[in-house]
Amino acid sequence: MSHLTEQLVACPECDLLLKEIPLAPDGAAVCCCCGATLYRNRPDSLRRTLAFTLAAVIFYLVANIFPILGIELQGNGNASNLFGAVRSMWHEEMRLISILVFITAILIPALELSILLYLLVPLYLMKQPPGIPLIMRIMSAIKPWGMVEVFMLGILVSLVKLQGDFSIFPGVALWSFAALTLLLAAVAASFNPRDVWEHLDYSNKRQAAA
Amino acid sequence: MKRRVHPTPAELGFDSCSVCRLVSSPDERIDISRCPRCNAKLHQRKPYSIEQCWAFTIAAYLLYIPANLMTMMETGSLVSYRKDTIMSGIIHLWKTDFQGIAAIVFIASILVPLFKLLALTLLLISVQRGSTWWPMQRMRLYRMVEQVGRWSMLDIYVVTFLAAVVQISSLATVKAGGAAVAFGAVVVLTMFAAMKFDPRLIWDPLRKENRP
Ligand SMILES: [Zn+2]
Ligand SMILES: [Zn+2]
Repeated sequence: MSHLTEQLVACPECDLLLKEIPLAPDGAAVCCCCGATLYRNRPDSLRRTLAFTLAAVIFYLVANIFPILGIELQGNGNASNLFGAVRSMWHEEMRLISILVFITAILIPALELSILLYLLVPLYLMKQPPGIPLIMRIMSAIKPWGMVEVFMLGILVSLVKLQGDFSIFPGVALWSFAALTLLLAAVAASFNPRDVWEHLDYSNKRQAAA
Repeated sequence: MKRRVHPTPAELGFDSCSVCRLVSSPDERIDISRCPRCNAKLHQRKPYSIEQCWAFTIAAYLLYIPANLMTMMETGSLVSYRKDTIMSGIIHLWKTDFQGIAAIVFIASILVPLFKLLALTLLLISVQRGSTWWPMQRMRLYRMVEQVGRWSMLDIYVVTFLAAVVQISSLATVKAGGAAVAFGAVVVLTMFAAMKFDPRLIWDPLRKENRP
């Protein structure tokens, strides 16, 4: 690889070409023209992200298996988990809505967590998983479509709407969704794609040298 | 005050990768049109950015109408039956003393989609006219469009969840209406529109102006 372009970085939002500068831990480089964040220095980013991801996986499973909340009216009751909600939407001929909720609240968060595990566990063990470029592209493409935090707000709004007419029994999944929302935010804050690309650079150069 | 905008990588003979952000020069690439690190196709600007962004925005405008006129949610119990549009649902919440929740739903379901549509229209028109007007403010507008869009899904989740939970024999039921489909489509279409828009187009006219 040529070394001419090595310290250059182009702003993704205004296309200004800049020279890279070293950053203090937890610092961020910001474009001087448009204010976009160019890159960040997150010490220990990959290991921290792995820890948050493992915790998030556990809460994801709990949040999807157990009921979110139950209601009761005159001795009759009902409870639902997230997948149950998607399924009943499907049976009410609201297929598109059902698919949309399934993708944004169930599928994409699961994909995101699996991809992170696939990347981070080998990197933690000092190995390189195959297909990093493809995996990273998929991850940045699906990222805007994972909406666990919006779903969490949706549960809270539903809770308020229900409380007047029914007795409500919060389920384990309700608390797990809250925890999952926080953990996914922590994952997003600690994950630094640049570190993954740098791993790739490093091993490419090593292969070339060998 | 005139803002100075420096040359783009392309003008200096480099290309930057939209996936891994690597800046590379043509002589270090094996395939001239692909990034040497991640093999993604290199584009100076998102291809057909303006055309595709317009298409998604116009489709979203059209669906915004049925989304607001049709029924979002049907609520039935032994004593009452209601059919609500998005707006009448918000008014009902307000009147039944849930003002806080009514405000949240109003922002997420009415204000955010409308703001996104108007902001995208403004951005598209200004970029097409090659405007050099307030680039930083338009940039902030674009970032807001990108960030707030997802919160419009709120009502879809509420309807889905309520419809699943409130199924107690004949005592109480909740059903989603046709507006839910139209509204879901508006959210998805405006998100695609925002993704297709290339913010770098805001700055290009300023470069032209600065050139001697
Ligand atoms: Zn910039
Ligand atoms: Zn690349």
